[in-house]
Amino acid sequence: MDGATTKRGGRSWAVALFLAPALVLLGAIVMYPIFFSVGRSLFDANGSKFVGIENYQEMFTSPATLTAIKNNLIWVVFAPSLVTALGLVFAVLTERIAWSTAFKVAIFMPMAISFLSAGVTWRLIYEQDPDLGLANAAAGAVVNVFRPPGELPGARPSDEQALRASEGGLAASDPVDLGGTATLGLVAIPPESIPADAVQAVEPAATDGGIAGTVWLDFAPGGGGDPGIIDQGELGLPGVEVEAVAGGAVVASATSAPDGSFVFDGLEVGSYEMRLPEGNFREPFGGISWLGPTLVTPAIIVSYIWIWAGFAMVVIAAGLAAIPRETLEASRVDGGNEWQVFRRVTVPLLAPVLAVVFVTLVINVLKIFDLVLVIAPGSAQRDANVIALQLWKTAFGIRDFGLGSALAVFLLLLVLPAMAFNLRRFRAEES
Amino acid sequence: MTATRMRIARTVASLAAIALLTSACSGGEDLDDDGAAVETPGSSAAVDLSGETVEVAAVWTGAEQERFQLVLDGFAEQTGATVRFRSAGDDVAAYVGPRIEGGDPPDVAIFPQPGVVQSFAGQGDLIEIEDIAGDEVDANYGPGARKAGSVDGTLYGVWFRAAQKSTVWYNVDVFEGAGVEPPTTFEELQEVAQTISDYGVEPYSIGADVGWPLSDLFENIYLRVAGPEMYDQLAAHEIPWTDQSVKDSLTVMADLVGDEALLAGGSSGAEQTDFNGSVTQVFADPPKGAIIFEGDFVGGVISGETNAKVGTDADFFDFPSIDGSEPAVLGGGDFAVLLADTEGGKALIEYLATPEAAEIWVAEGGFISPNIKVDPSGYPDEVSQRAAQALVDAGDSVRYDLSDLQPTEFGATTGQGIWGILIDFLRDPSDIDGTAQALESAAKKAYGG
Repeated sequence: MDGATTKRGGRSWAVALFLAPALVLLGAIVMYPIFFSVGRSLFDANGSKFVGIENYQEMFTSPATLTAIKNNLIWVVFAPSLVTALGLVFAVLTERIAWSTAFKVAIFMPMAISFLSAGVTWRLIYEQDPDLGLANAAAGAVVNVFRPPGELPGARPSDEQALRASEGGLAASDPVDLGGTATLGLVAIPPESIPADAVQAVEPAATDGGIAGTVWLDFAPGGGGDPGIIDQGELGLPGVEVEAVAGGAVVASATSAPDGSFVFDGLEVGSYEMRLPEGNFREPFGGISWLGPTLVTPAIIVSYIWIWAGFAMVVIAAGLAAIPRETLEASRVDGGNEWQVFRRVTVPLLAPVLAVVFVTLVINVLKIFDLVLVIAPGSAQRDANVIALQLWKTAFGIRDFGLGSALAVFLLLLVLPAMAFNLRRFRAEES
Repeated sequence: MTATRMRIARTVASLAAIALLTSACSGGEDLDDDGAAVETPGSSAAVDLSGETVEVAAVWTGAEQERFQLVLDGFAEQTGATVRFRSAGDDVAAYVGPRIEGGDPPDVAIFPQPGVVQSFAGQGDLIEIEDIAGDEVDANYGPGARKAGSVDGTLYGVWFRAAQKSTVWYNVDVFEGAGVEPPTTFEELQEVAQTISDYGVEPYSIGADVGWPLSDLFENIYLRVAGPEMYDQLAAHEIPWTDQSVKDSLTVMADLVGDEALLAGGSSGAEQTDFNGSVTQVFADPPKGAIIFEGDFVGGVISGETNAKVGTDADFFDFPSIDGSEPAVLGGGDFAVLLADTEGGKALIEYLATPEAAEIWVAEGGFISPNIKVDPSGYPDEVSQRAAQALVDAGDSVRYDLSDLQPTEFGATTGQGIWGILIDFLRDPSDIDGTAQALESAAKKAYGG
């Protein structure tokens, strides 16, 4: 007992000597900045006036920071749990497959890329134009199979009175009797999408016992011409589907010729509605607005998962390798199926590892900054805002260091519980 | 992105500086020998700065950056200094701010808004340039330049570039194809847009990504709806943004941007288009859009980034009159400020105030100089000459870009203030009262009320 105390007392100098460099460094680059920020957060923008907790009030009332806090909450709820779950799935699967190393390398690869390059890549992937963005090109390939774009996307009637909307398409307002004619004039067709075989439109020639009509581009190049009249220089629209409708049912359909003319023969006596069905006007897939105000945060979270899933997989796989094989074998021998073994044995044994991965990711996600800055376009940056980004913009953009420090302190407070959890685990493992 | 790039850039820059320094030292004796003979010919700006590195930051990218580089090359040639250009993206304050805090500001920055000059001067981060360029500013510019570049009577900025923001650019082929003529009134403009839409092109191309083209559009409308006097009052926040005149202007603007069929890519497309994209898509094949509401500098993007030729394929008309309003011009500009007290920085500021510096960019197009000593025949085409002339002719009825005069957080910050609120307005143009209210509360906050 006595010997021990003497020993300790004698060593205290040495201990202090060894600790000093670390303490000085910690004090200078961790503790001092923290206390400085806390102090600075109680002053106004340029630090000349003490304002008490005003910056904190501002922080919790300004819509910009509230959005940022809300988005951080979404991030914390979804990103760490999804990454951990995906990492677990990958880790368990790679134990079973032959090409596990190749698979692991592929999944882990994004970790080797800087966040900024990854962000730039995802920004391109999410471009709205299907010709530019990979995500929309893929979505478009599927959508266009099930909903092929029409010949005349975006076309409008030249005369709103003569043609009106009908079941997604357009229909002539006046029904046509047998022997009558119909003229269906359209505008707003881009010059480059007018079919190459289109020729001058012609007045429909009435036929006995049938209905004749013309569907044409009621817009002469260079302007001029009257709406509703087939003028010189106005082209017929070939390949347009026209339906004759009676009593709400499609009786016959026809396709227009290069001069825009179409004919219905062999109709029963009566009057028919001339309709251009919806398919003609269907827009080509214009792309999902991934980076618009609603989808921007989930879209960025997906890119985050892409980057971090590899990290979770590697750590969890290491934990998995440490599980005694006999335990798993024993439970299989006891009659557990694979799912039961996974659910009742593997996961509980992995729980400590999963917790470490999860908490580490929570800390990481709270500080998310770069991906949001790079991926969100200027117009959506408010909608995608997170606390760290708002901090940077407030402190260095508007140069309000008071409010910026308050945000920094708030962020620190959010991270502390997760840090404390990790420290406690660390200590528990040591003892 | 910037942080990493900056770090790399700084390392490279310091290495380069060391290399230059050593070479300068070794060559030092030669210089002494024939020092007098080496004196660079020409203007007063020609101090010998061999071995010095001057860093300058501005918002320009793409074609504009290339042209400014030519101006800087001219400086390098005159002085022997090495000039490094840093593109700061849309938010120059967010780029320069951290560098000042880090104790390593660029020597010179070019601020696109006097409001930013004011806020940096207020923080004590700018160096007074009276002794450096005061005489040049008085000799080479009209009386407004000193005022615009000064804060509380102290000169901080050289007005390097002027913008004439009351131009509306259009694709000549589309106008001919649709058979329409450039309009002079707002009603005509709407008819023209409708005809172009019938022709099959969505007419209005707006780069609403960040929001400043929207604020310029609003200001042009406000200047015509409310008149120059009320414009000044609103700029100084003497009348609130909830004033009827603001609501009337927003109503006009809603007519313009509210019809998805008239907006290239619809409102969600406009929201994801940046300014350069809004210009290039109009001159793409096939064209996506026909009309661009932005200033003379659109011409520079057209000639730099598209195959179209200004004057034949692209032209502009004056922003149309609204309800018989008088002709009025909205102006803007970029100010060069000094952030570091270095010989190179001072020399560059002085150089940028000379007509020689301006004429280099003038000849390249897409640039209007407020420098009255600049030779008007230097403009490369009749179109830019016309835009420059309009600014000179407008004289007293020129109004400075309103959002640029506001405190930075209200007038010129991505996703906030006027820019952010007008993007919201583009998403829902029916909410006139809500938009006016939002503008007023943001203005109140920025003015500390």
